[in-house]
Amino acid sequence: MQTRPILSTLRHHKLTAGLLMLQVAFTLAIVCNVMHMIVGRIERIGVPTGIAENELATIPSTAIDKAANHRAQLAADLATLRAVPGVRAAAAVSYSLPLNRNEDTQGICPSKEALDRAIQRNSIDGSGCMEPSIYDGTLGLVDTLGLHLVEGRDFQQGDYVADGKPVVAIVTRALAQHLYPGKPALGQSMYDGDRFIRVVGIVDSLLRPELRTPGVDNDSMILPQAPDGASARYVLRSAPQDRQRVLAAATAALWKVNPNRIINPARVQTYSQIRAAYFQRDTTMIGLLIASALGLLFVTALGIAGLANFWVQQRTRSIGIRRAIGATHHDILRYFQDENFLIVTAGVVPGVLLAIGLNLLLMTRYELPRLPLWYLPIGALVLWVLGQLSVLSPALRAAAVPPVVATRSV
Amino acid sequence: MFGYYLDLAWRSLKRSPILTGLMVLAIGLGIGASMTMLTVLHVMTDDPLPGRSAQLYTPHLDPLPLDHKRRGDGPDASDNLTWPDAMALLKAHRATRQAAMAGGSMLVRPARADVRPFDVDGRYTTADFFPMFGVPFLRGSAWGAADDAVGARVVVLAESLSRKLFGADDAVGRMVRLGEHDYRVVGVTRDWQPSPLFYADASAKRYSDGDRFFLPLSTAVDQKLDVNGNFSSWEKNDADSRMVSPTTSWLQFWVQLDTPPQVAAYRQYLVDYSAQQKALGRFQRPPANAKLYGLMGWLAHEDLVPNDVRLQLWLALGFLFVCMLNIVALLLAKFLRRSGEISVRRALGARRRDIFVQLGIESALIGVAGGALGLAIAQLGLWSIRQRPDDYARIAQMDVQMLFGTLALAIAASVLAGLLPAWRACRVAPALQLKTM
Repeated sequence: MQTRPILSTLRHHKLTAGLLMLQVAFTLAIVCNVMHMIVGRIERIGVPTGIAENELATIPSTAIDKAANHRAQLAADLATLRAVPGVRAAAAVSYSLPLNRNEDTQGICPSKEALDRAIQRNSIDGSGCMEPSIYDGTLGLVDTLGLHLVEGRDFQQGDYVADGKPVVAIVTRALAQHLYPGKPALGQSMYDGDRFIRVVGIVDSLLRPELRTPGVDNDSMILPQAPDGASARYVLRSAPQDRQRVLAAATAALWKVNPNRIINPARVQTYSQIRAAYFQRDTTMIGLLIASALGLLFVTALGIAGLANFWVQQRTRSIGIRRAIGATHHDILRYFQDENFLIVTAGVVPGVLLAIGLNLLLMTRYELPRLPLWYLPIGALVLWVLGQLSVLSPALRAAAVPPVVATRSV
Repeated sequence: MFGYYLDLAWRSLKRSPILTGLMVLAIGLGIGASMTMLTVLHVMTDDPLPGRSAQLYTPHLDPLPLDHKRRGDGPDASDNLTWPDAMALLKAHRATRQAAMAGGSMLVRPARADVRPFDVDGRYTTADFFPMFGVPFLRGSAWGAADDAVGARVVVLAESLSRKLFGADDAVGRMVRLGEHDYRVVGVTRDWQPSPLFYADASAKRYSDGDRFFLPLSTAVDQKLDVNGNFSSWEKNDADSRMVSPTTSWLQFWVQLDTPPQVAAYRQYLVDYSAQQKALGRFQRPPANAKLYGLMGWLAHEDLVPNDVRLQLWLALGFLFVCMLNIVALLLAKFLRRSGEISVRRALGARRRDIFVQLGIESALIGVAGGALGLAIAQLGLWSIRQRPDDYARIAQMDVQMLFGTLALAIAASVLAGLLPAWRACRVAPALQLKTM
């Protein structure tokens, strides 16, 4: 690379070259951070729930008559739903499902002593107690949701107590480890302040209705408890492609069994819709972030190409002279490519620092995670390639300048 | 001279249409993105009740025990008032008007057989609510203080709900079945929905929710109706009595204070009330914790703008900044290339100032074109935001203020971007340039 002549030319265009360099620096800084945000959001919306997501659909139903026999109605409804063609399994929950934002949560301790510690500190932090999401549902919920039971057993009819609260539970592996670190959790008795609850089964994972921090997002437990009020949310499992049809047929069947109820049509949803609704803001953000990153790169490419164009026009005569005294097409092409490389490189160096600074600012103001350093070389590479691509056409035009130009006056 | 410069600028821009197009596109994209987000921020932080907001205040007490810790992601329990405190403030009657309120949801059972029962959101409140917020009545009127005192079964409907239940008929005096009881309609309001719904609890969707019915708060408490919103208890309360418990906060409270001395007096009253409660042993924290927020101050305290929206705004402004750098570089190259032409004009007697103005007008022309393009892009951006299911999406509309703001920003940005190149260009030495020509 002939650096010297390029640098001495650029010295005459200090301001212009400096501005272009600055633009490259800011573009690099912003694009690196935007890429980082996009990856973060994509990771967030990809979080697994632990249930058979693409086979599930839900129908919420509320009885209008508050005095009716809800338990009998629930049994009748479930029998009706199971008879709907295409339905492989059906269960009813009170309201909670992963990512549906209807959360029931409660402090739960591995032992009575841990609860005393928590009361003493007036905080559950560090006491060993956890705050899991509480799920409930009718017999067969574990199968209907498609949960993966890794230890112990599913609920049995005897676990469902007619009056009072259940005394057994199924917990997620994450909750088991958080409550009983290093110990087998199966068979242990948890304490919630009123009663002991024995762990009879452990499922692989079951995400919370409302996410908190990644460390505790899988802290959930299921109680053997059927919805006992006027409201219930029915969960249907069917083949993925059948879901819409099953939903329509099941809703019609429920109306037929008892029209004295409210079914909000906006909440008759497949599970995919529930998930999409939960991450709706993130998907919007991903779209916006991608658009702005592309927009930035586009504008920077425009700037590089526009400026190179000017310089080619401005230097037509000197290019002609160089050609006349022996420079080849290739030399001229290389000259402009090298010049661009130098400018972009000069922009990348402050750009890397700016990117880190911007990330620090975002970390303090928006609680974003730290930018992994490997984004920086990737961002730099993107800008080098972008620079070379956008300078290509003006450089080719420059290379095509015939030597005879040197003999003409402008 | 202005016309002549305009002509010169037009000719110069026409000479390099592609470059001009690129500059207009760059400024249009930057302005479009920024104005989309600025408009969203503008409508989200707008005054919900222009003309009245300056007189509206919300008092806040701190009845929490000393060792109470707020759960990291939970609502602030002292954001709302307890029933005993709200009733005490209401009865003290220290403000021009005062009302306690909470959101509620009721099952409506239409008398008409062709309409299925449905749930509807509304508000449980006290009589002053209507005159204090200036709720516009179509027919009938609000209930009176006497209805509040006895927990009367009366209701005020919003126009849309009244129409759904009674069609075009006058609903006043008719009965409507809400939940388990019949209520007498005393008034019908226009569909009234301040944006944001400043008086709602933190759990409400404040840009999309609206109230379709209003019931006396005392009636709701008597019948233990369902409340939409946060119930924060700091002692064990059973579900049956938590509404009236002194250790459960769930009520919002607003007062109208017309003059600054009145505001100061009310502030003092809140501190005195807290001190009195502390003396009685009910409150533990310092009485000075009692606060009185103005409406806009309260909205700022609640910080309704999601972080994502703020982030999007910064991103858009960063984008505009890079676009401007781009235009500065392009204009600089463009102007300097015309050093010869500028030198000829200088040699013929044009002053530096004339050259500067001429080039400035050329930059401004690019700004006007870029502003027009930016306006179109911003409208497209706002349209796409309105398609989103977000709470605030519906209100993302550009008003006249923002419309002119867009154009002004675009012209300002491009003139600013043209300053440095124009300054640099009018400093070229004419003699040197003319010699090389």
